[in-house]
Amino acid sequence: MKLTVTVNGTDHTREVEPRLLLIHFLRDGLGLTGSHWGCDTSNCGACVVWLDETPVKSCTVLAAMADGHRVRTVEGLADGGRLDPVQEGFTQCHGLQCGFCTPGMMLTARWLLDHNPSPSEAEVREAISGQICRCTGYENIVRSVLWASRNGG
Amino acid sequence: MIGVREKYEGNGAYGPLTRKEDARFIRGRGTYVDDIKLPGMLHAAILRSPLAHARIVSVDASAARAHPRVEAVITGADLAERGLAWMPTLSADVQAVLATDKVRFQGQEIAFVVAHDSYAARDAIELIAVEYDPLPPVSDATTALDAAAPLVRDDVPGKLDNRVFDWTAGDKAATDEVFAGADVVVGCDMVYPRSHPAPLETCGIIADFDAVRGKLTLWSTSQAPHAHRTIYATLTGLPEHKIRIVSPDLGGGFGNKVPIYPGYLCAIVASMATGKPVKWMEDRSENLMSGSFARDYHMHGEIAASAAGKILGLRASVLADHGAFNATAQPTKFPAGFFHIFTGSYDLRAAFCEVTGVYTNKAPGGVAYSCSFRVTEAVYLVERLVDVLARRLGVDPAELRMRNLLRPEQFPYTCPTGWQYDSGDYPRALRLAMDMAGYAELRREQADRRARGDYMGIGLSFFTEGVGAGPRSHMDILGLAMADGADLRVHPTGKAVLAISVQTQGQGHETTFAQLVAGELGLSPDEVEVVHGDTDQTPFGLGTYGSRSTPVSGAAAVMAARKVRDRARIVAAAMLEVAPDDLEWAEGTWRVRGDPEKALGIGEIAMAAHSSIELPAGVEGHLDASAVYNPPNLTFPFGAYICVTDVDPDTGEVAVRRFVAVDDCGVRINPMIVEGQVHRGLADGIGMALMQAIVFDEAGNCLGGSFMDYLLPTAKECPSYELGATVTPSPHHPVGAKGVGESATVGSPPAVVNSVVDALAPLGVVHADMPLTPASVWRAIQGRPLRPDLAVE
Repeated sequence: MKLTVTVNGTDHTREVEPRLLLIHFLRDGLGLTGSHWGCDTSNCGACVVWLDETPVKSCTVLAAMADGHRVRTVEGLADGGRLDPVQEGFTQCHGLQCGFCTPGMMLTARWLLDHNPSPSEAEVREAISGQICRCTGYENIVRSVLWASRNGG
Repeated sequence: MIGVREKYEGNGAYGPLTRKEDARFIRGRGTYVDDIKLPGMLHAAILRSPLAHARIVSVDASAARAHPRVEAVITGADLAERGLAWMPTLSADVQAVLATDKVRFQGQEIAFVVAHDSYAARDAIELIAVEYDPLPPVSDATTALDAAAPLVRDDVPGKLDNRVFDWTAGDKAATDEVFAGADVVVGCDMVYPRSHPAPLETCGIIADFDAVRGKLTLWSTSQAPHAHRTIYATLTGLPEHKIRIVSPDLGGGFGNKVPIYPGYLCAIVASMATGKPVKWMEDRSENLMSGSFARDYHMHGEIAASAAGKILGLRASVLADHGAFNATAQPTKFPAGFFHIFTGSYDLRAAFCEVTGVYTNKAPGGVAYSCSFRVTEAVYLVERLVDVLARRLGVDPAELRMRNLLRPEQFPYTCPTGWQYDSGDYPRALRLAMDMAGYAELRREQADRRARGDYMGIGLSFFTEGVGAGPRSHMDILGLAMADGADLRVHPTGKAVLAISVQTQGQGHETTFAQLVAGELGLSPDEVEVVHGDTDQTPFGLGTYGSRSTPVSGAAAVMAARKVRDRARIVAAAMLEVAPDDLEWAEGTWRVRGDPEKALGIGEIAMAAHSSIELPAGVEGHLDASAVYNPPNLTFPFGAYICVTDVDPDTGEVAVRRFVAVDDCGVRINPMIVEGQVHRGLADGIGMALMQAIVFDEAGNCLGGSFMDYLLPTAKECPSYELGATVTPSPHHPVGAKGVGESATVGSPPAVVNSVVDALAPLGVVHADMPLTPASVWRAIQGRPLRPDLAVE
């Protein structure tokens, strides 16, 4: 089937198998390898991207379901050369180690701060609780999001 | 962070520097194996056994081979023709690459399908018809040695039972004597259940054999690329210089990426057969069901003490479930890893342990999850026993520990099983943890709450690890001594490139190692580029696991930098027309003693070393150096942890309220990175104590094959950690550092379990096995404890 998806502001039209998952469309079809695949069962959140305005786990979304919609990935987080405060926060607060969960965590964090510019620690933990990090024990991810909240949102 | 103020060494290069590697990761521009796409690359999938134990009657791959998108199908029979159906493990056993005779665990590899895309490869494995003759499985280690137990390893000539090894350490007679004369002896049966490191990136490989150049290039999720290269050369017969392994960015490892898995070898064979690059990436179920598991130790421990609470002796008897093939990854002479460091942090007279390994119909592995080669199990055993003893004696567990901890003046200390602890000030660390936690106040609060019917627990653990393997006199893996090399080149403008043998999986080597070199040469860490993870560009070494990067490879980097500095002194002397002995190293420069105006930095010296300046006879130009570091001993980090929990006795639910962790890993090169590593390990401890277990049923079905079943902690289960530090330098490491990557994983589980058991003490609970799920806690309260590792009543 033929579909058109607007990814980070650019339209992409491709012929795909109906069963193709969005994560594979992004990674293999468009070469946007910043989003990762981690578990197949919607548990880990390494594949989180935005579908229109909502974070989704793209391992459990068909590419076909994104036809005519907008997708935002980690590659679209910075505004040109200017990093998003969330990206700055993850660097300043050592919010990543291996970096594999980081894109998904940052996209969820961006969504949280868009809806709740001054979250409490508990609200940050709640927001990222559908995603798994194996390196940080979450401490510095939470600090990173709170840093971003204090430094430009 | 609270704690003893650290003195940063290294001319100011040490300290909490943000990481160099972050720039690419926050932009989504890391390069993990699955991100690499080569022209013409094929994609592989593995057909795995649905049964735990069965004879293979036939494998018919004809329909899969006929699939229009399939390029090749490899079966065990195909590999057998090449002599590759079996491969050696890291523990002197063999492991089936693709099963030929039997399947021995659920998830075992049977056939390897190579197709033009990954979806087609998955389709085609469904087309392979396998006829099985089911056999009864051994899914419970405690029955593996029964006379009636099915034989797992009938491939081994003369093998009549499921015993892998019997191994002992310590002095049995002396220990028995101590126990016979002790006022108090308490014991406890405990299971350290099977667990899995589950890095977020699964394991995978791209094999690319170039027949024209005769060169095999592997992009691989490898924690030990150099050791892997040597093993592949031995396995495939390819000359070692014609094998290049690139281990790019790794999405975590934790031990899961130390072994060589059957899929790797199949990808190599497939690339050689098809002439094209072949990519194989595990899915999550494959990772959890067939990759390296960890732990699975069934332990009985006993501790002997005087009536006054002086610990006198320790003994342990362990049944170790090694799965279907003995593929544990540890120094070869240590079949139970470093378990015999189980005397822990205490001054006692005698100790003895015996470990029996058994085969079962489960996936192979065993040493694979930040365990410092089984120190995890050892620390859990002794720290649970000390708490059981405290209960029996009616002594506060902190007080009992303080009474028995090794004293600073006893270091270097040789423990009853022979380990030589390098340095430590244990009481200082415990006091700091207790101060940070407000220990006395917590006990008062607990008493108040108990009076109101609330169940609050306070759990301690004090751990000592031995990390940084290891001394070549007695530590090797498959004959390869556990040394690591470093090559340092300083360019004419004074910028440096350090090539190291170890491979980061998130530990931040590109930053920490740059700080190490910068500290030795008076450079900024920005001026040092760290190259790693490519065997064609880096010196030989055994890799990153067992918290060995800083203790071994870090030491190699420092030694190389010091060689450079020594040569720079000679060059500087020629430049300044003085004798080298007239120069002193100060503030990152070589300067003339008594004339600090005459000073040269590495940048100026490097340009001269590459120039036409006349050098003293016998002095080569340039400023390059290599070093190989052979550690004289392990390093022995330690720490004191306190975990506060609240337990709901009606639901069995445990909430971790606080976690105080004081770690001493010697000199901290980058304290920010060190703290990050500790955070990770504390989450591991909470996960293992409360959630994580790979459980099997009686039919040998793995019930932990997805993240829906194998539960990992999220941000909601973890508290905000309270970290502290003391610094006791290692006397033998060149900058006084010790390894830290596994400390918290090793030290934290017993603190959580001790806390939960402490909470439940008024209900008569003396012990409950991990994971302390709500069901497990509730059953312990009812006096009917659950077996944590087996889904049967």
